[in-house]
This record gives sequence, C-alpha cells and structure tokens, in this order.
Amino acid sequence: MFRYTRRTAAREVLVVLAALVVFSPMLILLNVSLKTSQNSVSTSAFSLANPVSLDGFREALAADGQNSLVTGALNSAIITGGSVLVLVLLGSITAFTLTRITSGWSKVAFGSFLVAIVLPAQLGQVPLYSAMRELGLLGTRTGMVLAYSGMLMPLAVFLYSGFTRSLPTEYEEAAQMEGAGRFAIFTRIVFPLLAPATGTVAILTGLIVWNDFFTSLVFLNGSDAVTLPVVVYSFVGTLVSRWNVVFAAVLLSMVPVLVLYLLAQKKFIQGFAGGVKG
Amino acid sequence: MHETLKVRPGTPGPDVPPARSPRGGRRRAASRVAAWWWSLPALALIAAVHYAATLAGSAYAFTDFNGFRTPEFVGLENFREIFTGEAPLRALLNTIVIAVAFLVLTNVLGMAFAVALNRQLKSRFVLRTVLFAPVVLSPLAVSYVWKFLFQQDGPLNQVLGAVGLESLQRTWLGDPWTVVPAITTVMVWQHIGLTMVIYLAGLAGVPPESEEAAAIDGAGAWARFRHVVLPALRPTVLIASTMILVQGLRVFDQVQALTGGGPFGASDTLATSVYQQTFVNGRFGYGSALALVMTGIVLLCAGLQMFLLRDRKEK
Repeated sequence: MFRYTRRTAAREVLVVLAALVVFSPMLILLNVSLKTSQNSVSTSAFSLANPVSLDGFREALAADGQNSLVTGALNSAIITGGSVLVLVLLGSITAFTLTRITSGWSKVAFGSFLVAIVLPAQLGQVPLYSAMRELGLLGTRTGMVLAYSGMLMPLAVFLYSGFTRSLPTEYEEAAQMEGAGRFAIFTRIVFPLLAPATGTVAILTGLIVWNDFFTSLVFLNGSDAVTLPVVVYSFVGTLVSRWNVVFAAVLLSMVPVLVLYLLAQKKFIQGFAGGVKG
Repeated sequence: MHETLKVRPGTPGPDVPPARSPRGGRRRAASRVAAWWWSLPALALIAAVHYAATLAGSAYAFTDFNGFRTPEFVGLENFREIFTGEAPLRALLNTIVIAVAFLVLTNVLGMAFAVALNRQLKSRFVLRTVLFAPVVLSPLAVSYVWKFLFQQDGPLNQVLGAVGLESLQRTWLGDPWTVVPAITTVMVWQHIGLTMVIYLAGLAGVPPESEEAAAIDGAGAWARFRHVVLPALRPTVLIASTMILVQGLRVFDQVQALTGGGPFGASDTLATSVYQQTFVNGRFGYGSALALVMTGIVLLCAGLQMFLLRDRKEK
C-alpha cells in the first residue's frame, strides 16, 4: 500500500539531515579531541583537526591519583560488575519466588518493590550516608555495591517478574516429578530459561550504575574508590578551557559503553523498550 | 495449549496432582518449586536502602541535624525556610520548569523521529542506532560536550553569527535567562533516542491495515497520524511521559556539570540544592526537607499516572 515514492525519498533526505544535526555534537567532540592544545583554542570548532594530534588523549591518560581515568574505569568496572552480579542473583530468585507463591504476603512484598522504583534516591541518601559512615563502608567499593544493589533491586525484580510470570510451569513440574530439589529446579531449569531477562537486567542496571554520578559523588568523593564519572568531574574541573584534553577524557570515559552498545545495540534498545513497557 | 496446563492457585485445574502433604491445599502445591525465604535477602536490602532510609530521611527533615551533633527537633522550621526563601523557591520553580519543558520537547521530538523511522525509510535501522547512542552515555560526559557548544566563542554562537543572527549570540550558560533553557536542551538532546524507542515499541502495536484503510478513505498523513496512530499510542504517551517527568524532576548531573547551579543560583534545582545544602554545607536536616519536597512531587506524579492508567482499563 505505502510504496517508496519520490516523496518518500525526499522525506528520507530530510530525516537523515535532521538526524545529522542531532548527532553533530558527537562529531564535534571527536574533532576537537584530536586537535593540538594550541589549535583547540585558536581554531573554530568546525575546522577539522589539522594536524591530527593525540596529545589530548596522552595527557588525559597521564593524569594520576584522584584524576586517573584508568583507576576510575577500574573502580567503575568492579562496582558495576559486583552490583550487576548481586542484582541478577537476588533479583531472579526473588522475582521467581514472588510470582510463584501468590499468597497475601507476596503481593505486599511485590508491591513494596513497585513503590520503591519511583522513590527518588535523594531522600534516603542522607541516612544512608550516615549509616555507611558508621559501618565504615563510606568510600569503599563494597559499600557502593551494597548501595547500588539495594537501590536497583526493585527495577531488577520488576524486570524479572515480567518474564517469570509468563514462564510456563511445565518444566518445573516435570523436573519435580523426576525428583529434582527446589533449588536445583531454580538453578538448572528456571535460571537458564531466564537468560533473555538476565541480559536486559544486566544491561539496564549495569548502565545505570556505570553512569551514575550523584551517588558516587556523595559516597566516594575524595576516596580511593572513585568511579569514572567522579574522576571526569574533578579532572575536568581542574582544566580551564583545555578542550582537547577535556574531550579526550570525556571520549575515553565513553568508549567502554559505546563499544558495548555497538556490539549489542539490539539488546540495548530492546532492553530499554521492554523495561519501560514492563 | 499451554494455558490449560498452567497450575494457578485459586483456579482448579484437572492436572493438579492430589496434594501429598497432609496440610495440603493448592497454595502448597504451587509453592513447592519456590521457598518463601528466597526472597528475604532482596526484601531486606530494599527495606534498608529504600524504606528505612527514606523514613529516616523524612524524620531528619524536621530536625537541625548537621551530620554529627545529635539532631534536634525543629518542627516545620526547615519547610518554612524553603517556602519563604527566594533561593529554594527558585530551585523549586526551575525544577518544575525544566521537568515540564523536558517532558513536552522530548515527547514531541521522540515521537516525530519514531513516526519518521517506523516504516518505509531505507536508512531507518542505521538512524535508529545513531539516534539512540546518546542514551547510553553518561549525562555527565554529555554535559561537557554541550558546555563547549554553549561557550562564548563556541559552535552555537559561531553558527548564529554565520547565518546573520548575531543579535541572538550570548553566553548561554552565564545568562540567567538562557541558562535553564540551555540545560533543558542538553537533557532533551540526550533523551530523544529513548522516547523514540518507546514510541517505536508503541507503534509496533498499531496495525498498518488501519492506517491503510484510513488512507483509502482519503486521509492525509497528518489526519492519519492524528486520528488513527495517536489514539492507539495513548497508553505509551502516558508511560513515556511519567518516566520522563520523574527523570526531569530529579535532574542533577547536567546542572552540576554545566553550571553548578550558577550564575548565582539561577539554574539551581531541587536535587542540586539537596546536594549543596547537605553534603557541601553540612545541613543534613534542611537538605532532607528539600529532598522530602522533591519526593512528594515525584510520588504525586507517579500516583497520577497510576490513576490515569487504571481509569483507562476500566473504560
């Protein structure tokens, strides 16, 4: 019915142009990061980097101590990995339990997860800060893993429960007939069946933890466990208009996520669409 | 069919094996594959991190806690300060202006790209990938890119100069009148791809046949969108709107990175005020009161969405 006509082609050109305008900041970012320090100040943002220089990247990577991007990336990776692990393990088993046992208390428990999704973190942050200070968890990776796991558990349980609810119970029943224990049924049959959900949960929560700035700024500022966003924040704060270095640091901080996105863009996009639809 | 085989408590099924346990009952039959205590660790985590912390934070809001000294009850003093002070009211106003503008613009642009990239265009898959890319980046990093674009001698002013609009050139982030729109622009830019994807998911549920039927009846593109597509998208609009609105109300990263709340508090939001007052100035009690106001607004919006969605189901 709707064929590709000349008007469609005109529309296509228009949409491509609009997308290019929307995407242009990223191209400017790349261009400026490749300029020499001198050129990044003296030339227009639109003039191409000439000569192409990696000075910005060299200097961004050379920063050490609290400004080390490498340390920041490492801390981010450890904290993100730890949080995702906890969220996947506890989130899957909790969602499974709450959707299979449907007595009164489990509905209340599930409801408590739903409400927690919309609670803004800011209000709980203050007591959490004091509590973590008392427990000696402030400024530690363990503390951050615990905090993020707690903060994002509602989302993980919510995403998983959408899957566990639609999971047919035949497999579990068959395994039960064969005499498999409850835990074995979960680990060997249910959890593998949840693989698509696990992908969604890992991507969504992993991305949120990796990019989070507020919580890590509050809990980690000045500690040895600073994550990438906090490093970039304090590092950029010390550079006044050295845009090639700023942009090199910004680009370097983007690389891990961008690479993952390009490798698994379908999964990312599905994850977001599915996560929102619930 | 699988459906008929499903064992659900409360619905008698022919294939339910007779209860083996003397305590019997179908609840027992269903719970045999899962143990209730498996949910305890996660429940304990959210009880501590969400509920206990939020309750304690709400309690702090009525004290003069400074992080160290024993908190003293001050009643509504903190709230009186918020609702009579110029700076906190400005932060409140900024938050609402940003959230609403963010909501409207992101929805309109995201929906426009979704409709454009739904079918037909040959480049649609590439463009979807490209437009979604900013969504995965950290808001902080994105803010620095835009900080550069908004500079005095930055690309935005260069473009304005090149097309003869010198009169519009300004220091976007240093001008109290343009700083809030500038911050909103950054947020909208980053979230176009997200709303686009949400609307694409919604559009997948609109059968092309109904659009074709409308076209045969002589409806133009706009009429088809207005009378066929948009009504079908209503639940999606509601879900996308709440999510975007709640995000807008919590805005922190972009403001902190772009202006730090400046110039002179012109771009402060509730979240940046909470951070500044609590963790920089050490006013834990007052900061908690600000956070409580913010939480109240967010919960109000979320409750409104639930009410609107429920209303639809009943119709």
